[in-house]
Amino acid sequence: MNKKQKKALAQIISAVVLLAVISLVTGKVSVSPYVEFVLYMVPYLLVGYDILKKALKGIKNKQVFDENFLMAVATLGAIALGDYKEGVAVMLFYQIGELFQSYAVGRSRKNISELMDIRPDYANVEREGKLEKVNPDEVDIGSVILVGPGEKIPIDGVIIEGETTLNTSALTGESLPRDAKVNDEVISGCINMTGVIRIRTQKEFGESTVSKILDLVENSSSKKSRSENFISKFARYYTPIVCYSALALAVLPPLFHLVTGNQAMFSQWIYRALTFLVISCPCALVISIPLSFFAGIGGAGNQGVLVKGSNYLETLSQIKYVVFDKTGTMTQGIFVVSGIHHSEISDEKLLEYAALAESYSSHPISKSLQNAYGREVEKDRVKEVEEISGNGVTALVDGIRVAAGNEKLMRHLGISYKECHQVGTVVHMAVDGKYAGHILISDQLKPHAKEAVLALKKAGIKKTVMLTGDMKNVAENVAADLGITEVYSELLPADKVRKVEELLSKKSEKEKLAFVGDGINDAPVLSRADIGIAMGALGSDAAIEAADVVLMDDDPIKIAKAIKISKKCLRIVYENIYFAIGVKVICLILGAVGIANMWVAIFADVGVMVIAVINAIRALFVKNL
Amino acid sequence: MKKTYKIEVDCANCANKMEQAAKETAGVKEATVNFMTLKMIVEFEEGSEPKQVMQEVLKNCKKVEDDCEIFI
Repeated sequence: MNKKQKKALAQIISAVVLLAVISLVTGKVSVSPYVEFVLYMVPYLLVGYDILKKALKGIKNKQVFDENFLMAVATLGAIALGDYKEGVAVMLFYQIGELFQSYAVGRSRKNISELMDIRPDYANVEREGKLEKVNPDEVDIGSVILVGPGEKIPIDGVIIEGETTLNTSALTGESLPRDAKVNDEVISGCINMTGVIRIRTQKEFGESTVSKILDLVENSSSKKSRSENFISKFARYYTPIVCYSALALAVLPPLFHLVTGNQAMFSQWIYRALTFLVISCPCALVISIPLSFFAGIGGAGNQGVLVKGSNYLETLSQIKYVVFDKTGTMTQGIFVVSGIHHSEISDEKLLEYAALAESYSSHPISKSLQNAYGREVEKDRVKEVEEISGNGVTALVDGIRVAAGNEKLMRHLGISYKECHQVGTVVHMAVDGKYAGHILISDQLKPHAKEAVLALKKAGIKKTVMLTGDMKNVAENVAADLGITEVYSELLPADKVRKVEELLSKKSEKEKLAFVGDGINDAPVLSRADIGIAMGALGSDAAIEAADVVLMDDDPIKIAKAIKISKKCLRIVYENIYFAIGVKVICLILGAVGIANMWVAIFADVGVMVIAVINAIRALFVKNL
Repeated sequence: MKKTYKIEVDCANCANKMEQAAKETAGVKEATVNFMTLKMIVEFEEGSEPKQVMQEVLKNCKKVEDDCEIFI
């Protein structure tokens, strides 16, 4: 609790004690009405002084209709009618409500900033052989920093010495630690768990991942959701309307009674009007809606899903169509050897020949062959390398003529080959002039890609579509594996935008379309879709900037998670809107006809607010969705 | 030009009022107040001097909510 809150608490407690004592005493001993009035004014002023002062200032500044004014009029009115106890109680409960609200908001602010507690406080820089703790802002590009176990990596860079395990959970929500060794790029915000590492920085602190993320998180709510805008508009009209209704309630029925020749019963109608005023305070709505969104965004951030504003959280919950990019989004974007077929010699030997023959090439295919071979390539075993552009290579490996390439190469060499029935890039091999089999190289699906599509369907997504620049047969194969029904292949980036626009025009306004990409070359599509989701954004600035929602790790299952989080948050928002407005309207009606008294009114005001705030905080708990 | 200012205010509705007051200040193109993060993001109209405009914004905010502060 801060100073202001402590003071408010002290006021409330002493007022409660005073009120209890006074009502006990006046119940036992009969005192004159004047004495009673003076006695009750003590706790009233003690707890309500601030409110009265603010109400007066409001009137002076021509800002009449605010909560302070409502409360001042309601309580003073009750006291004027002789209901001292109720007058004091209303003010007291209003203050309790305010204190609770301020405490709850403060707590959730703190909770959420702890969830996103990735800001490094210092960097250990080596200067003239000595280790110095400096502000990360002061570290130049290319400096060497030292990160010990338990410390946060302050700046993006490359490991130049040491080996360790990194905890990325604060960034990605992924609990599995990541290994890092020399020459690996590491990202600021990760926690170094085991070894001491030396890092050569590649960026300034302000440009590092951690700064970008913090910037994004802290400015996330500059765009407000429709629900929030609705509530602030609602509050603007609602309070004056209720005030005028209360005035009408106080004046019109008694006048009517007078005209018709009955007793006016002024005090009864004024009491009802005052009840009206107490119920009317819009606090429950005004605080709980932004609080729900704030908690939702905070909870999502903790799970590695960064949402750039509450409007995007709202849109996420309305997604009915999800369009995927293929490479890097659903597949790993890394080509690996996925099969060796029809080999006449042992698979290992065939792979060895292929890796050696291709060892002078920098083509991605060659790299995947080297990776699959796994051992150091002794280049002096390879001689007379001849690259036949677009077809493959021939070379002398250990003195044996080896050819590795596509069908064209085989035909060119006059060697009969066997077709591969699987999808991917095929490297045919000929050893010593004879066909020796082929090696299949293909992109791999991400481990959770299939579950991700399934989870989306379960989360109520109507249609999943895949767009890719890749070849038709590859695209269709991947889509079939994943259970995606609609595929468009061989698209250029501009074609992707056109396709998304086509899909946008076909759906209704209320159903939103999300595009999920890995952020590379996808910026135009990301911004064109109703909502752009970039994944694997760790270290990719372009993705962080272009997208509306950023998935920190590259696990596609997080797409469904993001949607579930948004749905939970929006459900809470609507619960609060309906609950708060519903209870208030019912109590207003009951108050107008005289069924609800001041105590019910207090519940309708403070009670509803407390319940709505507690409900809003639920949006923070999204781990097990 | 867009600038972000730290603010201090106690209640959510007061934050909404500040937002409204800031929006209506001359020289301000768009203003958003985020009660949860206690920040005011102001987009200035072209050619206006942020420092002077912010003085006005603060004055107008004080009018609608006495108990508020903008750290300019």
